[in-house]
Amino acid sequence: MPLLTVTDLRTHFHTRDGVVRAVDGVSFSVEKGETLGIVGESGSGKSVTCTSLLGLIPQPPGRIASGTAMFDGVDLLRCAPRVARSIRGRRIAMIFQDPMTSLNPYLRISDQLIEPLLIHEKTSRRAALARAVSTLDEVGIQDAARRVHFFPHEFSGGMRQRVMIAMALITRPELLIADEPTTALDVTVQAQILELIRRLQRERGMAVIFITHDLGVVAGLCDRVQVMYAGRIVESASTVDVFARPQHPYTRALQRSIPALQPKGRELFAIQGMPPDLSRPLAGCPFAARCSEAVEACRAVAPSLTEVAPAHHSACLRVQKGELVA
Amino acid sequence: MTTTSDTLLEIENLQVHFPVRRGFLIQRAAGTVKAVDGVSLAVGRGEVVGLVGESGCGKSTLARTIVQLIRATAGTVRLDGRDIAGVRGRDLRDLRTQVQMIFQDPYASLNPRMTVFDTLAEPLLVHGRATRAEVGAQVAALMERVGLAARLARKYPHEFSGGQRQRIAIARALALRPRLIVADEPVSALDVSIQAQILNLLAALVREMGLTMLFIAHDLSVVKHISDRIAVMYLGKIVEVGAAADVIERPQHPYTRALISAIPTPDPVRERTRQRIVLPGDPPSPLDPPAGCAFHPRCRWAVEACRAGVPALAPQADGRQVACVRAAEID
Repeated sequence: MPLLTVTDLRTHFHTRDGVVRAVDGVSFSVEKGETLGIVGESGSGKSVTCTSLLGLIPQPPGRIASGTAMFDGVDLLRCAPRVARSIRGRRIAMIFQDPMTSLNPYLRISDQLIEPLLIHEKTSRRAALARAVSTLDEVGIQDAARRVHFFPHEFSGGMRQRVMIAMALITRPELLIADEPTTALDVTVQAQILELIRRLQRERGMAVIFITHDLGVVAGLCDRVQVMYAGRIVESASTVDVFARPQHPYTRALQRSIPALQPKGRELFAIQGMPPDLSRPLAGCPFAARCSEAVEACRAVAPSLTEVAPAHHSACLRVQKGELVA
Repeated sequence: MTTTSDTLLEIENLQVHFPVRRGFLIQRAAGTVKAVDGVSLAVGRGEVVGLVGESGCGKSTLARTIVQLIRATAGTVRLDGRDIAGVRGRDLRDLRTQVQMIFQDPYASLNPRMTVFDTLAEPLLVHGRATRAEVGAQVAALMERVGLAARLARKYPHEFSGGQRQRIAIARALALRPRLIVADEPVSALDVSIQAQILNLLAALVREMGLTMLFIAHDLSVVKHISDRIAVMYLGKIVEVGAAADVIERPQHPYTRALISAIPTPDPVRERTRQRIVLPGDPPSPLDPPAGCAFHPRCRWAVEACRAGVPALAPQADGRQVACVRAAEID
């Protein structure tokens, strides 16, 4: 049985310009100990999907219009607030993109680190502090016993992200949701943090949902990948399959537009146009307007995510009909 | 590269230091941050040089010093043989027609109260490149050049997406037909698919308008795609400079090696098997740089000599320059 099963999640935002369908019918599951990558560009709904699960969507303007998210027999979207609190921050933890804005600048690291322990596990302050020091040690902060009393501004960006990870891991969660945790960091620091997440995941056997726009990060870290576009999942498969045999024109286009893969001097492949406005109703496939393979049917019928190869799902009508071959 | 008639921009031993003061009422000097510490670099006419480094290495300070937004502490910046460091008044205004800058954040670098038309017309009118009657046609031509429909001229920046705003910023930089463009992380704030569009546009402009460009980025894969040569900076100094393919495919300086090794490759099979160089620790504080080579505390090849003296940027057999005493030994 999967650790987390999300079915038909729809998160809408009611704004003055209309209803923005940020997440529009997303279903997926995460197994125990598995690393799932969610890839997409800004506005594709990858972050909203995960913040919806943790009840972090401000309501209003947000509204979870439909869906269930079963975690160990509990529907995260519908359970009592008390039950949600007992899961969130203890069994499911989340780290965010910007470690400066997600740490409280007025509180010492020690106070912020032990807060989840004091709330969820009713440990004594002294025992909690000892755990905080050993967790900081585990995420690679040297001289942890002294530095646990520092304020966030006394750490560099990479160190702050380590503190964030320590805070998320201190309750030994079964699922870690990492929302672009390395996007604000330099490449060499990113390499350190990815190595750290990889090691901790292996040692603790926890499941990880890793949200990123960087296909390179996904390649080294994730077991399975799902690609999101305009609030929907357009492709989902094992990492190796997604890179070797992409089954959706958007995934292919995304791959071809990475500068690293292209010989120098050649014109970079660029996806023309921009993602659709999610406050307007979309007939057909959301990618059709930018897709070089689109036909009449693509603009009329909204494709559903269907298995096109073993454990490989695609939401492209033409791939499903066998007209486009990888 | 030595000074020839083909050199457009020549930077020599440039130093930019910022005093750091501590205290609230009684301020006292607490030290100096050497943001740019003895940089020499030449950019040829029609050449694109990529400048790479991580946050805090001084690459943006260097860019701003070249366009004279920051005053140099010492050293020279020559454009076409003429020293432009510290120019003022009429000379500075004249310099603006020759050197222009594109900034990273198109949300912050455009005046939100000016329409695209006003933004693009202003330099043309200020510098007398167009009369009120002609300016409309010139703005329209500029917009077409960067891939924006001329009918959008009366719109404000907030009505555009990030990629479109960066096109406006590029059009503004091109308005006076400058000889040198300094682009400071022009695609870092954009999504991958939009990045490719902007990189293609810049590459086409360089080719078609014969522009010279200093392209600054922290992402080596982006720089590689557009640059003829690449310079790598670490803590205020250039540690390696050479032909783009050489630097990317056969990096010599240990820091360049680590930087290239840290880029995740979008290939799951290779990504899982390759050896990564993960650097220990953080870059040192520029307030208190280590003695000798600034990289030695994090360098796996460091020896006693690295602690003793600051290595100079020395020419290597293949024409590139590397600031590492062990450059020839390590492999």
